[in-house]
Amino acid sequence: MNRILVGVLVGGALGILDGLTAWFTPEARAGLLGIVIGSTFKGLVAGAIIGVFARKVNHLGWTLLFGTFIGALLAFFIAQMQGKYYLQIILPGSLVGLLTGYATYRYGPKPAVQLQ
Amino acid sequence: MRHLDDAALSRLREAVSEPDLSDTRYRLLSVAGRGGMGTVYVAEDALLSRKVALKVLELTNAPETLLRREATMLASLEHPGIVPVHDAGTLPDGRIWYAMKLVQGERLDEALQRPPGLIERLRIFLHICETVAFAHAHGVLHRDLKPQNIMIGSFGEVLVLDWGLARLFGDGDDRARAGTPGFSAPEPHNDAQADVYSLGAILSQMQPLPAAVQAIALKATAGRGERYATVAALADDIDRFLEGAAVSAVAEGPWQKSARWLSRHRVAAGIVGAYLAGRGLIFFFTGH
Repeated sequence: MNRILVGVLVGGALGILDGLTAWFTPEARAGLLGIVIGSTFKGLVAGAIIGVFARKVNHLGWTLLFGTFIGALLAFFIAQMQGKYYLQIILPGSLVGLLTGYATYRYGPKPAVQLQ
Repeated sequence: MRHLDDAALSRLREAVSEPDLSDTRYRLLSVAGRGGMGTVYVAEDALLSRKVALKVLELTNAPETLLRREATMLASLEHPGIVPVHDAGTLPDGRIWYAMKLVQGERLDEALQRPPGLIERLRIFLHICETVAFAHAHGVLHRDLKPQNIMIGSFGEVLVLDWGLARLFGDGDDRARAGTPGFSAPEPHNDAQADVYSLGAILSQMQPLPAAVQAIALKATAGRGERYATVAALADDIDRFLEGAAVSAVAEGPWQKSARWLSRHRVAAGIVGAYLAGRGLIFFFTGH
């Protein structure tokens, strides 16, 4: 399984989970389905971008940093659409990015060594 | 009159029993070991300049046909886990011999004095199973499987040795018992299940073993009705254990099933656990 696919799968799965945790915020329960769909889409996009990055850079530290950044950035866009709950959306989004970055680096195959 | 001392007598006895290989291309170097049917020597193949193992039937031991049959049977079983036979013949004194590859390495019982990791032990065991299953597929029963008859080569290759008691399925007295106490099945049947029993006894020697593998060893050494029907079924259960799947030898409860599922999917479980822990912290500090 290549790194982009690992990123998409892990990002998507964590996105679903991230969306479902909105159930614990009573005022968000009414729009839970929309939140889950949006969160899943965000996770898939973040996973694909992080997968491409991990394949190019092949460095755990940078992948974790980049994953956190991408997760936070996409979550920020979502929060801006809502106009509220910035912290409550950005923090879990960053966590999804961080964990997707780790899984992508750790469980995707390492790129082949280029022989001179 | 001068009497010979014990050491001189022993040397004389060895010289008398030493096979006369003058008509062959082999030259004796040393004794490698003595088995049930004959003696195995380390010899040099003068033609190809290589060392070989040379098995010679003892004069006062089992009938010649047995060794000839062992050689023929071994030659017919071409498998990486079975020592290949290079040559065979008869000595001037009538003894039968055959030359085979000289295996350098360590016997399984010696290797288990410093047991390797579980995965390596089970890899070795699966290799033994593959070899025995191959022999069964060709109609041959080993009938004397035990750690002393398994050799681990210098490069990790696993060889099943001493096919002296091997027999074709349905050949001769099916009810005649064979093998070594502790490793041979208690019932007087010589079929695939007798070798399954011996393999189970070998597996139980590969301690320490987790509970699921202990259960597999117990099932392999159980009574005929409960034992694995074939070596392949036994090997499949070991394979399933290695893959983290349920083994047929263990009836699992819900907790055991959950623990095995978590262990099998520890990556996914770890990531979800890390997310939930992080989300819990965020919830704790922000209230959302």
